[in-house]
Order: sequence, then C-alpha cells, then structure tokens
Amino acid sequence: MIGIVDYRAGNAPSVGYALERLGIEHRLVATGAELEGCDRLILPGVGAARATLDSLRASGLVEPLSERVHSDGIPFLGICIGLQVLFEHSEEGDVAALGWIPGTVRRFDDDLRVPQIGWNSVHLRRDHPVTAEFPDGGHAYFVNSYYASPADPGHVLGETEYGVEFCSIVAHANIVATQFHAEKSGELGLRILSGFAEWTP
Amino acid sequence: MLTKRLIACFDVVEGRVTKAQQFQDNIDVAPAEELAQQLYDDQIDEIVFYDITASAQKRKIDLETVRRVAHHVFVPFTVGGGIRTVDDMFEVLKAGAEKISVDSMAVRNPGIIRAGAEAFGRQCIVLSTQVKRVGVRPGIPSGYEVFIDGAREATGLDALDWVRRGEDLGAGEIVVNSIDCDGTAAGYDLEITRAVADAVNVPIIASGGAGTVDHIADGLTVGGAQAAIISSILYSPRLDRNVGVRELKDGLAARNVLMRPYLP
Repeated sequence: MIGIVDYRAGNAPSVGYALERLGIEHRLVATGAELEGCDRLILPGVGAARATLDSLRASGLVEPLSERVHSDGIPFLGICIGLQVLFEHSEEGDVAALGWIPGTVRRFDDDLRVPQIGWNSVHLRRDHPVTAEFPDGGHAYFVNSYYASPADPGHVLGETEYGVEFCSIVAHANIVATQFHAEKSGELGLRILSGFAEWTP
Repeated sequence: MLTKRLIACFDVVEGRVTKAQQFQDNIDVAPAEELAQQLYDDQIDEIVFYDITASAQKRKIDLETVRRVAHHVFVPFTVGGGIRTVDDMFEVLKAGAEKISVDSMAVRNPGIIRAGAEAFGRQCIVLSTQVKRVGVRPGIPSGYEVFIDGAREATGLDALDWVRRGEDLGAGEIVVNSIDCDGTAAGYDLEITRAVADAVNVPIIASGGAGTVDHIADGLTVGGAQAAIISSILYSPRLDRNVGVRELKDGLAARNVLMRPYLP
C-alpha cells in the first residue's frame, strides 16, 4: 500500500489518479497514524517550501514521516517541492528544511525566465531501479523557481539544464525524489511511478 | 533544454467543450472528458480548462467535470473560471488541477494573486488577460487595454501595466489572450505578445488566433512566448480542416521550434 501524503499545499489527488491508472494500490494519508499502514510513501508538492513545511509541521507529520523513512526504512518518493524539503536549507523563504539529504535549495538566476515551466530533458547519471524504464534524455514536466544542490554528488541520479546543470532526480538509500512532476510527465512519468512501486531498496 | 509547449484550451459549458469566436457564439464540440482523453493520447503538452459561465452565473466552478478530466490527463492541467478565494483554489487543486488561472476576478481583486501565490507558490497562479487593441491614448500607453467578463467590460487598465503588476503580485505565468484575434484562425497578435514577453520575466503564453503551424511557430519565436494555446486548429467545427497534435509538433520541429519529442 502506497501512502500519498495529503497536506494542504500538496496535489495528492493528481498523484492518486496516476497510481489509479497504473493499477497500483494507494491511499491518501493525512495523519501520523495513517502513515503506519503504508509500506511506501510519496510526498507530492506544488506549493512553496515554507508553506509546505508549515503545513507538514502543523499536521504533525514531520516526526512520523521521519520515523517511517529512517527507522523503518520504507521506500520514499518526493515530488517537486517534496524533493526540495528533503534538503537542509532552502533559499525560498530562507527556511530550515527536513535535512534528510545534505545540501541546499537555491533560486535560479534572475536573468532566466523564472519559474522554469515546461518539458525539459533528464540525463541519468547512473543506474537505479526507479529509473530503469526511463530513457536517458527523456522529457519530463518541470515547474520550479528553485533547484536542489546536493552536497554529495553521489546522491545525484538525474540532471537537467536550465541556465545551470541542476539535480532533477536525487537518490539516497531508500529515498528517491524528482524535481519534475512524475505524475504529470505523461507516459515517461508514469514509468517512474511504476518503478517506484516495484522498488526494493 | 527546456522545450516550447502546446496547450489545448477547453472552454467548458456544462461539462462540454465549446468553441467561441471573439468570445461569442459558442458552438458545441465534445464532452470535456472525452476530448481530454483523446488529446492526452495524442501527447498534448498541457491542458487548460475554463468554466466560462461560472463567473457570469455567479456560481462555483464545475468541480465534477474538473475531477473527471483530471482522471485522464497525466500532463499539467490548469483550471479557471469562478474562482474568488484561496479556498476555491484549494478545492480546484484537490480536484486534480496543478495550476489555477485567474482573469476577471484578479482585476476586481488583485490581492487574490498574492494570496494564491503565498498559499500554493507562484508557479501555481496563471494570470490570464483579455487584451484588445484600442490605440494609444491617455492611460493606455501601450495601445492595448485589458477587458474582463468575456471581453464585455473595458477596465481602463493598460495591458503592460497590468501584467507587470500581476507579476509583482505573484503570477507565475501570463496568458496574453487577444480579443481581436480569438477564434479567427488568422494568427496571434504578435505585437502585444512580444511586448508582454519583454515586459515581464515569467513565462508567457500566446492565445487567440492560431490557425496554422506557421501562426504557432510565429507566436513562439517572433512573439517570444514560451507556450501556445490552441483550440480552433485542433477541433473547431468552423474550420475546414483540423490538425492533430502530432502534425503540429512535426511542423514546429521542421521550423526549428524545440518541442517535446513524440514518444513512439
């Protein structure tokens, strides 16, 4: 059972529709108790970093999430803002984030059109079960003004160019996260979701 | 490299897509759900859905149709019409949209742009504008005025002043919808599209008038837009011939416009 973390600033239903299309069992989870029954978790996101973190904290979800992911080691997928909040710090709102992955989140240069909105290519830097069916250089849908900069290059699974070469997929132990919206990246995005559903870290 | 986008636009009335000409005389096309499924299968890059009678009828957006469309569309989905508050936005996002489009309501209450951006992030808020060429005159230095309520009401706002303000308030994308060109299949208004693209730093979407591949290519190059809204060319019964997404993308690629490649 995949739990999709449902908080005010998220787009959990869209992720649910995508899993429904794939025939993957899932449910929306909004409390610590609901996380207990799930054997993998997806943290979606469309919001701003501060609003997302505030919303997760207000719902009392930070501790239970951390416990399921770190103590129990269940597979975790972050999407968009669900990737950015995994790092230590975000320039967006100058907030301390969850700190699960070393690194920071930075804003794109102002000489670019920001947000980056649209389909951009993702270059895979190594093999990973979650991206096994995603073609190197395949296009995915991005909507972001900020990008993650992992401290350890070994955590970079995919990279994309928008003014800078930035980390578009991060992977570390039982955690994987995409900066693009896997649930809104057409058939290639759905392949990432099925890869995640089948992944045994 | 970031590619340009083709966005299919649905003007929805009671769950069905309709097609207007210069914001009037809507004729029926197909159920929104059915057309959405077909366009997703044809690999459209994005879909925008306007509940075009919600505002005028002073009712909330048709969430049931939004939900049904969202079930079939695994590309970005923007929804607009009848959205007045952050709670309305929240409901639309929960129904499966990624982005909220605000138009007439934002002119009446510009604070909704800021409130939406603060709650859901700037990338979530699309400012759609209805602009009409009225000639340069006092208060309208660009020669283009903003209209609202299905192009019926003039606002006295200069188009460029309004889009700059919208960007400052937190809009993440701006749609330039030409009232003069809407549904004419005679090409986008490239002049105002370019002027808006130069005036703001957020992505610009050209809208109103695309009838051929050349029109779309011009909007994305000469007009400086990052995305092109199309509807007539895809499905208007008024045109002798409609063109599919694949043929449009092939045509754009042949004109050196970078598009998301077609998946076999």
